[in-house]
Amino acid sequence: MARRGRFRRIGAFEVGNTLLMLAVCFLTLYPMWFVLVNSLNSPAQASLGTVNWFPKELSLASYSVAFNDKTLMNGFYITTMRTVIGTVVHVLFTAIVAYGMSKSNLMGRKLYLKISLITMLFSGGLIPSFILMTKLGLYDSFWVFIIPSMYTFFNMVIFMSFFRTIPDSLEESAKVDGASDYGVLFRIVLPNSMAVIATISLFSAVYHWNDYYQGVIYIHSQELLPLQTMLYKIIAENSMSFMQQQAMAQFGARLPGNSIKFASMMVATLPILIFYPFIQRYLVKGVMIGAIKG
Amino acid sequence: MFQYRTEQMKALVRQWQLQSMVIPGIIWMFIFCYIPMFWLIIAFMDFSIAKPMLESPFVGLKHFQDFMTDDRFWRSIRNTLGMSTIKLVLGFPIPILFALLLNEIRGLRFKRTVQTISYLPHFIAWTIFGGIALNWLGEGGVINQLMMAIGFQDREILFNSDPKYFWWITFFTDTLKETGWSAIIYIAAIAGIDPGLYEAAELDGANRWQRMWHITVQSIRPTIAILFILAVSGILGSNFEQIFMLKNNMNMKMAESLDLYIYNMGLVSGRHSFSTAVLFARSIVALGLLLLANQTSKKLTGDSIF
Repeated sequence: MARRGRFRRIGAFEVGNTLLMLAVCFLTLYPMWFVLVNSLNSPAQASLGTVNWFPKELSLASYSVAFNDKTLMNGFYITTMRTVIGTVVHVLFTAIVAYGMSKSNLMGRKLYLKISLITMLFSGGLIPSFILMTKLGLYDSFWVFIIPSMYTFFNMVIFMSFFRTIPDSLEESAKVDGASDYGVLFRIVLPNSMAVIATISLFSAVYHWNDYYQGVIYIHSQELLPLQTMLYKIIAENSMSFMQQQAMAQFGARLPGNSIKFASMMVATLPILIFYPFIQRYLVKGVMIGAIKG
Repeated sequence: MFQYRTEQMKALVRQWQLQSMVIPGIIWMFIFCYIPMFWLIIAFMDFSIAKPMLESPFVGLKHFQDFMTDDRFWRSIRNTLGMSTIKLVLGFPIPILFALLLNEIRGLRFKRTVQTISYLPHFIAWTIFGGIALNWLGEGGVINQLMMAIGFQDREILFNSDPKYFWWITFFTDTLKETGWSAIIYIAAIAGIDPGLYEAAELDGANRWQRMWHITVQSIRPTIAILFILAVSGILGSNFEQIFMLKNNMNMKMAESLDLYIYNMGLVSGRHSFSTAVLFARSIVALGLLLLANQTSKKLTGDSIF
């Protein structure tokens, strides 16, 4: 403990604890490393499923199959689109509602908060939501990824409490210059809220990128399936696209799907792994704000 | 009275911009939260999705009686409670222990690196994480190789298709994926403890474990209580994304949780009213559990959510 700032002997506890922490890191990182190594292995090697620290025969064959697979790449496109559109819509919509709610002189504010709180305690659940989506024409539509997740009360509260910390004097000077409420929001408040915007955007983006459940439940057409739902089908249901089957026949491996599965998994995870070191502090900040409010 | 109303109307008109910001949010909530609540009423009907709701006949508690006499429903209750209990009894203390031990690490840089790495899996999709688990637990997978190498088993075990392993697989994969993330809140609570308390305890001759127990654990007790209340009230829920990924036809009899049962009955078999009856009953029991857990915690520890 640095803060006690006193020199102390390094005992057995310190050694054991450090080793334990290293073990935690290993257990956390090794599964991803395993996928990376096997996706870079030649398909025949990967099919053996043996534990390797490095690829035995370095090969990009599986990646070339994954990147040439039109269905998979379409899934990649759908996922990218829903991540970008879904995040922008969620942040804009939620922030606008939150700005209105952050004003104490807003008429009906208490009523609006009560209406919102009830939704935290009760909800319809899977079947009523499914019926609703069907009736709204959102079943098997791209917008099912965007509209039902464009707002959450939780993120609204995070935005709202942040907006309340912005000094009134900033907003007032703009008002004196004749700016409307929307003008103040877009020209003064949002540019001063970049930290909270970053946090909420990242949570929303990670949700959209990783979600496979919406695709399983609400999407029927192949060309609207997000990448993660495709992965679910490839991994859990063992279904293969036509391209993959052809590729497998070509490689003629014993359990040929493995390296292609791993390469597809890597393609779906790389964006998260690449950005993770840069974004993780925003993500932690987000859970802190959430914890204080909740 | 009339005067007062017109004043209010004028004020409302003056703040039309603010109102126009908030009202879309209220409309969204009305459509996506309140209408589904209203649709719960089909639990008492023979609803068909092709017809308008009001044309469906009321059948009273028929669907409730049906699921109460369905063995598969009770099996799903058993599976849900089994998995939740393991998670609660064995899983709940793990992030607390991790936070306590991480707090004892002196090197600030090492501590931060371990923490950053520990919550990485939280951001990996269940498709990926579950995919790795299925691969490792499968025939010729890493787990079988490891167990045979250290002599714990003499032949391959098909962990994925033998139902008796399913609960434990969900427990271990969940622990691996979420421990670091769940620990964040405890780590934050520990960071807020007054360092003076530790110094005082040290002067009084308290050893490491005594400090850990009497200062750290006691200081974060309210956090622990709140998370415990939430965990207990969520006992009838399960991690659908996880179970859906790891289940298969062979392990279904231990894998079908209440969530999965509702999904299978409602969306696979198309029994919308029946499934909604199960949903309805569950949300009432869950609300009761939340209140019960809250009261119990208030009595025992003085800490509660409301």
